[in-house]
Parts: sequence; C-alpha cells; structure tokens
Amino acid sequence: MTEHPITMLKRKSDLLSHHEREDIDSWLARYPADKKQSALLAALRAVMHEDHYLSREKMDAVADYLGLPEIAVYEVASFYSMYEMDAKAAAKYSISVCTNVSCMLCGSDVILDHIEKKLGIKLGESTPDGKFFLKVEEECLAACSSAPMMQVNHVYHTHLTPEKVDEILDGLE
Amino acid sequence: MAEEFVTIEINDQPVQARKGAMLIEVADNNGISIPRFCYHKKLSIAANCRMCLVEMEKSWKPVPACATPVNAGMKFWTRSDKAKNAQKGIMEFLLINHPLDCPICDQGGECELQDVSVGYGSNKSQYAEIKRVVQDKDIGPLIETEMTRCIQCTRCVRFGDEIAGMREMGGVGRGDRLEIGTYIEKSLQSELSGNVIDLCPVGALTAKPSRYKARAWEMVAHDAIAPHDSVGSHLQVHTFRKEVVRAVPRENDAINECWISDRDRFSYQGIASADRITKPMLKRDGHWYEVSWQQALDATAEILRAADPARTGALASATSTVEELYLFQRLMRGLNIRNIDHRVRQTDFSDQSAAPLCPSLGMPIAQLEQQNAVFLIGSNVRQEQPLLNHRIRKAALKGAAVMALNPRAFDFNYDVAQQAVAPADMLQALQAMANDPDNAVMATLKNAEHAAVLLGNVAVQHPDFAALRGLAYTIAEQTGATFGYLAESANTVGAWVAGVVPHRLSAGRELKQAGVPVGEFLSENTRTFVLLNTELADFANPQQAMKALSAAENVIVIAPFADNTTRKYATVLLPSSTFAETSGTFINAAGQWQSFKGATVPPGEARPTWKVLRVLGNTAGVPEFDWVATEEIVAELHLELDGVAVCNNRYAGTVGRDAKSCVSTTADGAFQRIGDVQMYRVDPLVRRAKALQAMIPPAAVQLNPQDAANMGVAAGDTLKVSQGAVTITLPAQLDAGIPAGCAGLQSGIEVSNVLGAAFGALQIAKAG
Repeated sequence: MTEHPITMLKRKSDLLSHHEREDIDSWLARYPADKKQSALLAALRAVMHEDHYLSREKMDAVADYLGLPEIAVYEVASFYSMYEMDAKAAAKYSISVCTNVSCMLCGSDVILDHIEKKLGIKLGESTPDGKFFLKVEEECLAACSSAPMMQVNHVYHTHLTPEKVDEILDGLE
Repeated sequence: MAEEFVTIEINDQPVQARKGAMLIEVADNNGISIPRFCYHKKLSIAANCRMCLVEMEKSWKPVPACATPVNAGMKFWTRSDKAKNAQKGIMEFLLINHPLDCPICDQGGECELQDVSVGYGSNKSQYAEIKRVVQDKDIGPLIETEMTRCIQCTRCVRFGDEIAGMREMGGVGRGDRLEIGTYIEKSLQSELSGNVIDLCPVGALTAKPSRYKARAWEMVAHDAIAPHDSVGSHLQVHTFRKEVVRAVPRENDAINECWISDRDRFSYQGIASADRITKPMLKRDGHWYEVSWQQALDATAEILRAADPARTGALASATSTVEELYLFQRLMRGLNIRNIDHRVRQTDFSDQSAAPLCPSLGMPIAQLEQQNAVFLIGSNVRQEQPLLNHRIRKAALKGAAVMALNPRAFDFNYDVAQQAVAPADMLQALQAMANDPDNAVMATLKNAEHAAVLLGNVAVQHPDFAALRGLAYTIAEQTGATFGYLAESANTVGAWVAGVVPHRLSAGRELKQAGVPVGEFLSENTRTFVLLNTELADFANPQQAMKALSAAENVIVIAPFADNTTRKYATVLLPSSTFAETSGTFINAAGQWQSFKGATVPPGEARPTWKVLRVLGNTAGVPEFDWVATEEIVAELHLELDGVAVCNNRYAGTVGRDAKSCVSTTADGAFQRIGDVQMYRVDPLVRRAKALQAMIPPAAVQLNPQDAANMGVAAGDTLKVSQGAVTITLPAQLDAGIPAGCAGLQSGIEVSNVLGAAFGALQIAKAG
C-alpha cells in the first residue's frame, strides 16, 4: 500500500473535539480492533455530553471515526431515547419525568405540572437560556418502587415532591 | 465437508433435505409454497416479518420456516388450521398500516403483498384506527419511494450491507415509529442500487424512470442479454405497445444470479432518445436530406466501391452483436477494405499478433468467487463490470486476498491491497514484482490454491498495454495463477472472434494481407470511414478522432443515433437498431455465447443492423452474402471455428516478457491524465439514458493534495486544463488516491469530448 498524505484532506471526523476523541478511544480500547461498532453507544454519549444533542455532522464524524456506515449511526441514535437528534432539545440538563402507571398513581402529574410552571416551558421545550429541556413522554424508567421519579441527565431522583424538585433544580448550576 | 441428508415430513409427505437447511429452503426445493416477505435466498435471515409461520410437531406455537433448521424426523404442516390461522393473523397485522392504494401503485399486479394477501389473508380487517403515514425522501433519480407502503421486511437494508457492499438504507426510529430509509435526503450511490426495486415485496421502492408507464399485466416480457459490460447479464425487457418501458433481471446463477447493474437496468431509456435516426439520410453540400433506403444503400455502396481500400477505415463498437460484427468485417473484406477494428479505446497495438484469439476471463464467471487470491491490474472492476466485482467481493468476504495495481486508488467495496502509481510508473511497479519472487503480491498469488491475475479496462486502454500484458502473463505463469481479462464491452470477445481486427479473419484465421490498427488509420490520411455504433465519445483520443473524421471525404455512419457532433462529420446516416430491436448474440467475458431475440422493432424506417449490413453487402455486390436469419450467421461462424477452443488466453508475445523500461512521455510541468471511462458514459446507448446521466457527478479534475498545495489550489478552485490546443475550465477536487504528478479526468464525459488522449499529458493552471 502506498502512503497517502491523508492528513492533508479534511475528514468528517475532524469535527470531534479532543475530549470526545479521548473518551471514544478509551472505549475503543476495551473492544477488539475489528469490532469498533461496539464503541458506538459510548461515542454518541460523548458527543451528547459536549453538545447536548447529536447534529448530523457529529454523527457523520462518529461514523467516520469508527469506520461505520453513516446510516448505522443514525439507526442507533434514533433508536435510543437518551440521544437527542434535534438542536431544539440541546440543553445542559435534560429532564425526564416518568409518567408511567406507578409514577402516575403516586402523583407524577403534580410533579410534571410543577416543573412546567417553574421553568415556564411545556413538555418537549427548552428554556431560552438552554439550561433545561423537558423530554416528551418518557417511558417507565424502572424505578417504580421509588415513585414518583425523574431523571436529570443520567441521574435518578426518586420519591419526588414539589419541594424536593425545587431543591434539585435550584441546586443545578 | 460432507453434507448430511435427513428425512423430514412436510404436509405428511417425506422429503429429503440437507441437515441444518432452513425449512423454507427445503419447501421451495420441493415445490411447497410458504408465504414470505423478509426471506430472500440471497440475503441473510432476518425472520422479522413472521409471514412464513408453519405448524411444527411438538411445538405448541407455530415456527417461522425461514429460521427453522431441519433435522431428522421433524414434521411440519404448512396448511394446517394452526398454520393458516397464524398466517392469516400475521397478514392482518401487516396490513394494519399498509395503505389501500393499489390502484395507483406501480407494484399493483406484481406485488407480493397483494398475492400473499389474496392467498393467505382474510377479506376483512378488525383494525379501524388511523393508519400511520411515513414522510418520503428523495433517494435519487433511479428509485421512487412511497415509504408509507413499507412493511419493514428490511430486504433493502440487508441488500445494501451484504450485496451492494455499502449500507445506505437503514431502519430509523423504533417500535411503531420505525421507518426504513436513508434518514437524510441523499441519492443511493451503489452501482447495484436498482436491485432493491425487485427485492421490495411491496410498492415502497419502485423504478422511477418507468413509473406510471404501464401496468404489470399490460407489458410483454422478452428475454434479452444486457448490452453494456462483458458479464452478459440475463435480462427481461418489458414492452408496452412496442415501446421498451423497463428492464429487469432474469435469474441465472452462473452469470448474474438474480441481480443486474443499474447500467443494465436503466439504459433502455436511451432507446427512445431524441437523437434517434428513423430515416436514411445523405449529406449534400453541407445539408442533410432524407432519402429512401434504396438511394441511401446505392450511395453507400458507390462510396465504398470507389474508395481506396488503403485509405479507408472501418470501425465497429464492441457493443454490436456477433452477427453484426461478422457481417461488418465480411462486407469490408469483400470490398478489399482491410483497416478494420473495434478497439477504439486502445492505443497500444504492438503485440496484437501475439494476442490470444480473444480476451477471456479464463474461467466461468461463478468461479471468480472460489478464488483465494486475485490480482487486478488496471481495473476499476466495480464500475467496469459491477457483477464480476460482486463475485470478487464474495471471494474477498470468504477471505480471499484481493490486490490491485492501478493508476489511481479506485473505490472498492471490500478490502483491497491497492497500489496506486502514476500511469507511467505502472510498468515499473509490475516489473519490480515480476522480478522479485518474495514480493508480497507474488507470494500471495503463489501460496493461494486458486489465484487469478486479471487485466481490466484501464490496462487495455493504457499506452503500455502490450508490456503490461506481457508482465501480467509472466506473473501469472510464475505463480501458477489463472490469467484472464475483464473484457470491456458486452461483445468484446465476440468482436475478436468475429474478426473485427485488422490482422485476423473471423475465428482467428490467418490473413494474407493485414490492415493497420485503428491507432494508425485514424488520421487525416484516411479518406473514407465506416462507423458502426461508434461515436466520438467512444475514442481513446477524441481530438485525434474528430480531426480524422472531419477531414475525411466520406463518413458512413450505421447507428441508431446521430447527435450534432456525428452530423458534423458524417455524410451518410443509416438508421439501425439497439440491442432490444434485433436478434443477435453476445459472447461474454467467460466466452459464453448468448443469443437473444428482438423485443420490439426499430422506430420509423430504422432496420435491424444485421439486415442493413446484409442488404448493403448485396447492393455493393459482395459475393456469397445471402443470410436470411441471424442463426445462420452464428452457425457459419461456429463452422469456421471448427471446434477450436475459443478462449485459451495463451499469450505468445515477447513484449514486456523481459525488461522493457517504460519511459514517461509527459513533459515538464505537465500532468499525466488518468482518463478511465465514466461508467454511465461507456457506449452510445447508456450515454442517452436520462436517469443514469443524472447520477454522474459534475465534471472535475482530481489532484493529489500535495500537488494542489504546491500550486496553491484548494478544493473547488477553478482550473484551466489544456490538452492539445484545447483549454477548458473545471473545478478542482483533492483526492489522496491520485498519485503525485497525475490528474484524474474521466473519459466519455461530455467535456472530455474536446480533449485528447485518455492517458496523455495535461497542462493545468489555476484560473484567474
């Protein structure tokens, strides 16, 4: 094989930040070299962590970095609800209030109502300062024994009351 | 690995089956029909549509036949109440979201969903809620989408991954929001993409060019052979009121399996091109006059009889049939014209007398996939012969080592150890290999049980073809590999066999007095030209061709088409047929003779080409020129061959067999042009197929990034590109796969019509 000055060409993966690359590399190290797809979930998580959503350009960058077809990245990104593909959903904190049956019986409606009023946004909207996003109809998050509950980014908050919600949200930077 | 056979029972009948085979495969082999949507014998098993549920003994629930391996003593019932109920239930589920738009659906009448619904479904649905709607995306000029009709069988997705080798479609979203598509608006790029139209069991993916042209039951199907690359894919051409409205594959496992390339599928659009000639025409004092056939033939015969044979050149395209080519050379030789050729893209003829009777693959097509090592020399096989590439890809996926030596890094859909060196350095690179038995390529070929060294189109078009061939043959000999050619056109092999070369008669028989090859007689010295299905864009050097043709007194064109350029240099236009309008024979790369009948008749006064040539022969008074059917012509050629093994690929040449150094002919400051032919510009028919033309990326010059940096050129900058006395402007592209000192600028495309040699020197400067 001849050596090409590939470095001179712009690649789609150039968009990934140094931090994102480090993160992805640490995951790649855990899998066999020919099974890079295994690091896809982690790679998308790394992008979510920085951008709070997955832009098409960043998804293509991940595909390029992992050597996957772009569509394979879109498939995974659109399958899991923890990834956001809409720029409007990009907020520092993504709040998912469980409204499934156990939480509903324990008063999740009140919690949701309280959050909507407090933040001045409806389900599916972000606060204008880009701090909070209220996710639409999150399915059961498997914390029924501690209902009602919500998830803020990847952190579970259980046994919620409006006061407790205030405390949690006010405590966030 | 010995296969074990077991006896199972299907519908109380004992059936022999390979142990571990899937039940649906066993049932198919025994003529027992089981409904299915997601299962396809050439694709992996998904088992996601559940339509093939059948009853199995000792299982309380029905099992999917596509994902149930059989073992001795198993019993299945495909039409029991349990099976029928399961099938009916699945059918009802599948129809929940399927629109009832069959009357406006192109698939209507040839729809698997319709058929299975009638055969296995219920006549009413319990579902009364709203059906879901899927927003459509434009996926290009070839395939029409109506994704609301999709039943998510994922055949198209698996096809992209497993057959096309590039995954472009996928399932986006999940659950009831799952949508099959490309997610972003983009056109499918695979050269095999059209096959998803056949795979799609519903009307979600249909052929865009033939949309709404005719209903399935109104069309008449005709067997045909694809007229572009040398695979010779089996086609079915569908006509509606004598007009060709589409082409689909015919299954033939030894040749094209059940696939065809997009080029073979959509090129029929060119048949009804606006520049089709329907009346014989003569040019007098610079004006074209429509004349009767008799007048035209008389005039043509007069020109040919009066012409000085030594200053006459006859060129035929290798997309013509064996019969046409045979008559063509008989006609010319009958008139003493010896400068006959079909190799219009070739430039090096120095070893032609050492060449085998015809260039052949050296093995049956299907055997390509059994190779353990393949060495491609000067080949962009993926674009040149897409289905041969598919076979090589299969070999590669099974672990074969595929290596390539090319003038630029071509795009493959499997791993290839590809060396990209400048055209002028190819010979040296090959020589270094041949002289070094420890070289990685040589060692891989030698150690492989089945190995092949294959010469591609780019090698044949290369200025040092003879030496490349000699070295390639040496390498094959030294390593025990099979030596073969990836022949260029549908009938390149046939053109050799029919004797459309200056130095041999038909069937490779010796010639007392040989003519000169096209490279020599394509000059202003030649006063008369006869062109059969050949246009300016077909030549290796359009500048040289245009000069020669314009300077000639008479240019007789026998072709279905005549564009403005042709009308400039031609003096006689004899309207003839395309592949769909004549009976004929093509000989494919593997040497298989495949005859076909015409699907329709040529328009207007155009006539099947072989008949034009036959009557022209009679008019010109050529003796023994009296065939009445194409079968007779082929029979005569067979007789001449007298059982000679046509394709043995033995090479008797000495050129390049020992050290001959290749001297770069490029001047200082000049770039070497890499002018491989654009895949949708290879012949007159495909150049007129509208949808395929829309697939061609905008013309550009590809430069090595280092060269570009040295010139201060960035991607997208406008470049002044000169060849000969002509200068054109084109945007620059940077491509790391272009060797330094080279420039990629394809042949066949419109702008290249004014340029010179495909592998000649280019002057490139930044514009402005």
